[in-house]
Amino acid sequence: MKFSTVMSPHLQPVNSVDRVMLQVLLALIPGIAAMTWFFGIGVLINIALAVAVALLAEASILGLRGRPIGSTLKDLSAIVTAVLLAISLPVIAPWWITVVGVLFAIVIAKHLYGGLGYNPFNPAMAGYVLLLVSFPMQMTAWLAPIELGSAALNEVDWLKLIFLEQLPANIEFDAVTMATPLDSVRTQLGLGRSVPEIKTDSVFGLLAGKGWEWVAGGYLLGGLWLMWRKIIGWQIPVGLLLGLGLFASICYAIDNNQFAAPSFHLVAGATMLGAFFIATDPVTAATSVNGRLIYGLLIGSLVYVIRVWGGYPDAMAFAVLLGNLTAPAIDYFTRPRVFGQKA
Amino acid sequence: MLKTWRFHGGLRLPAHKNLSAHRPIVNAELPKQLIYPLQQRPGVQLKATVAPGDTVLRGQIIADSDHFLATPLHAASSGTVKSIEDRIIPHPSGLSDPCIIIDTDGRDEALPPEPVEDYRLEPAATLRAKIRQAGIVGLGGAAFPTSIKLNPGPQRHIDTLILNGAECEPYITCDNVLMQAEPDAIVQGALILMHALQVGDGIIAVEDHMTEAFQALSAAIEQSRDRRLTVVKIPALYPTGGEKQLIRVVTGKETPSGGIPADVGVICQNVGTAAAVYNAICRGLPLTERVVTVTGQGVKQQQNMRARIGTPISDLINQCGGYQDSVERLIMGGPMMGFALPEDDIPIVKATNCILAAAGSEVATSKETRPCIRCGDCAKACPVDLLPQQLYWHSRAGNLEKCKEFSLFDCIECGCCEVVCPSQIPLVQYYRAAKSKTIAKAKEAEKAAIAKRRHDFLLERKAREQAERAERSRRKKEALAKLKAAETATEGAE
Repeated sequence: MKFSTVMSPHLQPVNSVDRVMLQVLLALIPGIAAMTWFFGIGVLINIALAVAVALLAEASILGLRGRPIGSTLKDLSAIVTAVLLAISLPVIAPWWITVVGVLFAIVIAKHLYGGLGYNPFNPAMAGYVLLLVSFPMQMTAWLAPIELGSAALNEVDWLKLIFLEQLPANIEFDAVTMATPLDSVRTQLGLGRSVPEIKTDSVFGLLAGKGWEWVAGGYLLGGLWLMWRKIIGWQIPVGLLLGLGLFASICYAIDNNQFAAPSFHLVAGATMLGAFFIATDPVTAATSVNGRLIYGLLIGSLVYVIRVWGGYPDAMAFAVLLGNLTAPAIDYFTRPRVFGQKA
Repeated sequence: MLKTWRFHGGLRLPAHKNLSAHRPIVNAELPKQLIYPLQQRPGVQLKATVAPGDTVLRGQIIADSDHFLATPLHAASSGTVKSIEDRIIPHPSGLSDPCIIIDTDGRDEALPPEPVEDYRLEPAATLRAKIRQAGIVGLGGAAFPTSIKLNPGPQRHIDTLILNGAECEPYITCDNVLMQAEPDAIVQGALILMHALQVGDGIIAVEDHMTEAFQALSAAIEQSRDRRLTVVKIPALYPTGGEKQLIRVVTGKETPSGGIPADVGVICQNVGTAAAVYNAICRGLPLTERVVTVTGQGVKQQQNMRARIGTPISDLINQCGGYQDSVERLIMGGPMMGFALPEDDIPIVKATNCILAAAGSEVATSKETRPCIRCGDCAKACPVDLLPQQLYWHSRAGNLEKCKEFSLFDCIECGCCEVVCPSQIPLVQYYRAAKSKTIAKAKEAEKAAIAKRRHDFLLERKAREQAERAERSRRKKEALAKLKAAETATEGAE
């Protein structure tokens, strides 16, 4: 009898990129659900729009590059990028913000560098930073959480708001938007108020902002699930939270009037999303086990430094891109000792 | 209970051992024809010592060579040498090579055995010669001549013998059942090896799930009343059965990169090899048979068979009820490091521990390879602590210098990285290719160096000859001038 000959190992592979990406998407569900609950269905519209644009952009550029389209789209990486970018945007961002960001992420940050696996920078964060630098006004207008009495918008209102940039006649733009907790700490500190005073403002909840705490909890839950499923290692999230927490604790211990509590920093803004879903992007992170811990610590520290002393209230995107820059060097200096070789 | 150590990485693989582990060893029927590739070990070509038409007896040497890695090959039954012809040999290349074909006569007559009366009275050199003469090689799969391993040289002090009973590859159970069936032969073999090596410590390592084997060996040791030998259970983690990994787990020692176990005072032998040593020394029987696991969902009855070396695989499969329709691939060895055979009219050799007739559902049939996403799972799984992903980039780019820098040659090709790779990249293929390219390049460089030495020598010789010629002609001229001067002087005097 004749048989085909193939090289060993013959055992079936235990994992696939498609499976990894799918689980990342599943793990995002609790966070997205919380966002939808507190900020309305705008987030879902943004996600749908981003995914559609991402798939279209990925398919076109794969076509231009002469690469297989169908089998590559199936790897879900474009969808992951689109969703991560969409949930980072303000929920009332006009449609063109999403489109520009996604196009930049997929076409320039991902495919002009060679596509999946070859991009040195996290595509979603590259898209986000482009938008933040180019359109600061649209990128900082956050909707107030529902519980703060922001007007109830129905589905049609939402579509009109995002695609036509129109609010219902009886609602003023300023009435529905407000600064994010991070932004408000920053501005109010500039006005000479102390942190304990600022924290009495209505936007704040128990730890960080109202609603924001639940969103962070959702991402934390999803992230822990990813860790349990061994899709991500503990090194980057723990490193990031530790780096941020450590910096925040030291400053808080020195002066709790000028610096917010570490618990605030760990829950506010994009900390949880960044720690578990963005900094952990394997393509752009350091790869060695020790390297990843250092990489996480570095990003966490940068987040704090930029938040407190830099020009932007949240800093996850900048910190991650800076971290991406250092990944090759970190890998170079954290090579493990090979079995049987001298250190 | 002895303390055990850990090595980095490794995988817990689905074992599939129950298919064959709990059935008695079946004696395979004597085949009509025995096939003996003259290359029992890749790269070592034996010379036939018989010619077509010769009659042979079981245990008679039919091929040998004076290559230092060669061991003699014995006929596994009586019969007539039919021919020496090219047949497909069990080798990853799937190529043909000369084989001795013996038609068996069914009488199975053997040469009279020549046992050693009391091995304890024999010097190590005699035992080594006897072991080589019996054709014994490592039966764990590598087929390295046992007599050479027993001679580590005076500069290395050996203190421990480890018998490898850790069958870490999925499916394979031949060592497990042998330990259950013949614990005394293994224990006696171990004591002979310890005597030949003059070591005081012997450890038999079995995986923690091999309860019966552990008990059988413990009882056999008890009976031998030799306190120098112990059995130890080690975790079933692939590739614990790899020599350097096993030494690490059992002794905590790390065999240096590029070195051999003897460098850390350890000699490793497979349990089957120990039994073969016992048979050779105490029963005078050369190595002509071994236990082979025939398994996989692609064969009707999975079992362990005691088969004559040289038996065609198709014979064994027939005695196991034939193939299932689902059979997809025929593998010699395990699913991690074994190689796929192009057909089943290929004989088992000394190194054949397993014939895996795998169904399509058991093996990777179509991998959807995607770009590397740098997830680092490969580095986590690597038992040698390499960076497989970096090695992949450099071997793909053909950058052999970088491959060397990332310790390509420390890679044991265990396949862990490839099995965990979510991008399903055929990593091991890249490493094998880079290794052979490096070796080819080194050979090329060596050739070039020899050619250069020759050329330089030629130039040097030419220059020397020229100088000598010039010197000669100068001397001639001088002599001539002297002569002339003398003549003139004489003429003047006259």
